Amino acid sequence: MAKNVEKDALSGVETTGHSFDGLKELNNPLPKWWLYVFYVCIAWSLVYYVLYPAWPLGSTYTKGVLGYSQREDLAKSLADAKAAQAKYLDRIAKASVEDIQKDKDLLSFAMAGGRTMFNENCSACHGAGGQGAKGYPTLADDVWLWGGTTGDLYQTIKGGVRQGDVVETRGAPGVGMTAFGRDGILDKTQIDQVTEYVLSLTNRATDKAKADKGKTVFEENCVACHGDKGQGSLAAGVDGVGAPPLNTAAWVYGGDRATLVQTITNGRAGEMPAWSKRLDDVTIKQLAIYVHNLGGGK
Amino acid sequence: MTSATLTSGAALGSQRVSDDVRYYEDVIRLFVIAAVFWGVIGFTAGVFIALQLAFPALNLGLEWTSFGRLRPVHTSAVIFAFGGNVLFATSLYSVQRTCRQHLFGGEGLAKFIFWNYNIFIVLAALSYVLGFSQGKEYAEPEWILDLYLTVIWVLYAVVFIGTVMTRKESHIYVANWFFMAFILTVAILHLGNNVNLPVSLFGMKSYTWVTGVQSAMVQWWYGHNAVGFFLTAGFLGIMYYFVPKRAERPVYSYRLSIVHFWTLIFLYIWAGPHHLHYTALPDWAQTLGMTFSVMLWMPSWGGMINGIMTLSGAWDKLRTDPVLRFLVTSVAFYGMSTFEGPLMSVKPVNALSHYTDWTVGHVHSGALGWVAFVSFGAIYYLVPVLWKRAQLYSLRLVSYHFWTATIGIVLYITAMWVSGIMQGLMWRAYDNLGFLQYSFVETVAAMHPFYVIRALGGLLFVAGSLIMVYNLWRTARGDIRSETPYATAPHKTAVGAA
Repeated sequence: MAKNVEKDALSGVETTGHSFDGLKELNNPLPKWWLYVFYVCIAWSLVYYVLYPAWPLGSTYTKGVLGYSQREDLAKSLADAKAAQAKYLDRIAKASVEDIQKDKDLLSFAMAGGRTMFNENCSACHGAGGQGAKGYPTLADDVWLWGGTTGDLYQTIKGGVRQGDVVETRGAPGVGMTAFGRDGILDKTQIDQVTEYVLSLTNRATDKAKADKGKTVFEENCVACHGDKGQGSLAAGVDGVGAPPLNTAAWVYGGDRATLVQTITNGRAGEMPAWSKRLDDVTIKQLAIYVHNLGGGK
Repeated sequence: MTSATLTSGAALGSQRVSDDVRYYEDVIRLFVIAAVFWGVIGFTAGVFIALQLAFPALNLGLEWTSFGRLRPVHTSAVIFAFGGNVLFATSLYSVQRTCRQHLFGGEGLAKFIFWNYNIFIVLAALSYVLGFSQGKEYAEPEWILDLYLTVIWVLYAVVFIGTVMTRKESHIYVANWFFMAFILTVAILHLGNNVNLPVSLFGMKSYTWVTGVQSAMVQWWYGHNAVGFFLTAGFLGIMYYFVPKRAERPVYSYRLSIVHFWTLIFLYIWAGPHHLHYTALPDWAQTLGMTFSVMLWMPSWGGMINGIMTLSGAWDKLRTDPVLRFLVTSVAFYGMSTFEGPLMSVKPVNALSHYTDWTVGHVHSGALGWVAFVSFGAIYYLVPVLWKRAQLYSLRLVSYHFWTATIGIVLYITAMWVSGIMQGLMWRAYDNLGFLQYSFVETVAAMHPFYVIRALGGLLFVAGSLIMVYNLWRTARGDIRSETPYATAPHKTAVGAA
């Protein structure tokens, strides 16, 4: 090759005779182990081509002698998973939520499934343990807007809250608490008074005289939904409203003075999607049972 | 055939100018400055988005500072801005010397490339922040910027290949094979993956010509080879010039360089489908992607062997020359990543690793350990040469940079291994009734401590780069730090006397 071949003093290996900006190259052979591992990788690939789908042939491809197909593999594992749960799922499909609660086997299955489904679908708003967040009621206490029996929960999850195109939804779409301030029904003074009264329901009023005036406002405007003692529509026996109790520490939007003023001024109309549009009936039953057992089921 | 015996230093020492060829160095200096600048920006952006993952409030509630928009700013800044400017600097520096020829087209053309490439980077980053993106990883710039980049890249190819074609050496040095493979393939990848139809002539939005799984396949043919040719072939070119130069030793094996070059560039281009295992991509394409990735293992290691074995007879220099330590450690990281890559491409492994942080850790062991370290080594070599200084301001500071960055990388990749494998295992965990054990949000919560560790690792990496900036700035000024020298002063011969 080149005529400048030299011998490297340190290794005794000959160079190629090239020199680039002083850079030279030794003419060492390929390391044997390197070459053999490379061959093994190629051989492994060739074996793989015989066994598995590998090379395209126009509109088809070499199928491989094992007859492997990822789609069939997936379909089979889905079917297997379904079959493994079938004995429970079939019974849940036929049973009422109340009956499931009584069957120890079904109950533990429904709790496990409900937990998974709750974490995937509900926890984003209601929190991982149903602890709730502003605007999203706590599910782990015994305060309920639409009923806390398993049957109530089942229907609420299924139809959602204030959903337009669902017959069995809770409440009526777009209809919620009146915006007393914005709509000019109450003036600022009255809102101030009624706020003081609402605070007094949980013993937090600071101005008794104002709270007394607020009681009148409350009786004229609020009792129809929230009940004469502020016990909430459910306890007061008012249907289809979902007005929370005002005499407990469980606030949906917050019970501090500023939030109460905001709520009374602008009204509220919380919504929840109708899960029947997304989840099947068996799943909703499991969810109802799981939520019922979070701590506050009736 | 003469059989003159080489002694390790003198005969291999570099020469500044030979045969009255005046090398263009102004433009190389510009590329080096830009590389260092973008490096710091890109690393910092990475730390910021790592912190966003650990502490989402750092998204600041603004669309422009959300993770989704800043993530491509980080990747583009480190790959194309930092890596790109390093590649321009090193390739255009070494091609002149290894060809004994100044840059084809004159220094004006090279400077034109410099300014336009860097303007392109600024425009691309601005476009991401403002919400323009093709939505393709590492190919986010919209069509108008793609066209701009095409012009710049073609000019780069003209300059580089033109220089090689007008060379005064009879052979083409191995570094230049890699640089040419990188330049040509990146051009093809860029054109292939950006065949888009603009919605209107005066709007940024465009849609890809192919759709569905074909589009995904084209994207990962591009994406994987962006790694293979931009971040591997190009940086192997850097290795082949700067490692033997700094070690003052001949390249270990010419034969190995030929075989691993051709096998590497032949095999790499087919490996993309391993990014689409267990998707709508047909089985046969997944098989080919996996097997070509496994066959790629040894060709990759050929580069590692050649890089590391070049130090035969000069291992002692690792003790006394932290710049060489950067270069050699980078090759070791290259070897580790190119083993991990084929491993992760094997389908059952991929079933666990895909979509997890393991992938992120893998990319960063390559990006921080290999790409950035070989770049730091080359930059530390180049700055005293380009600014005509006898030596670096401080070798001790290079060593501090080395250890700070190395600890940062170790924190980063170990955190991502643990969190990635944990994440993969949590996703596939079932209880005895057949229900998923964990919800997605529970896996996210479990990753939090590792995200914090990762951010800390990144922070150390940034700190190291700031030490470098200071060291380089003082070097350029001509200062020399009074410090205990290493036992010998190996850099003196490497830099050479002007």
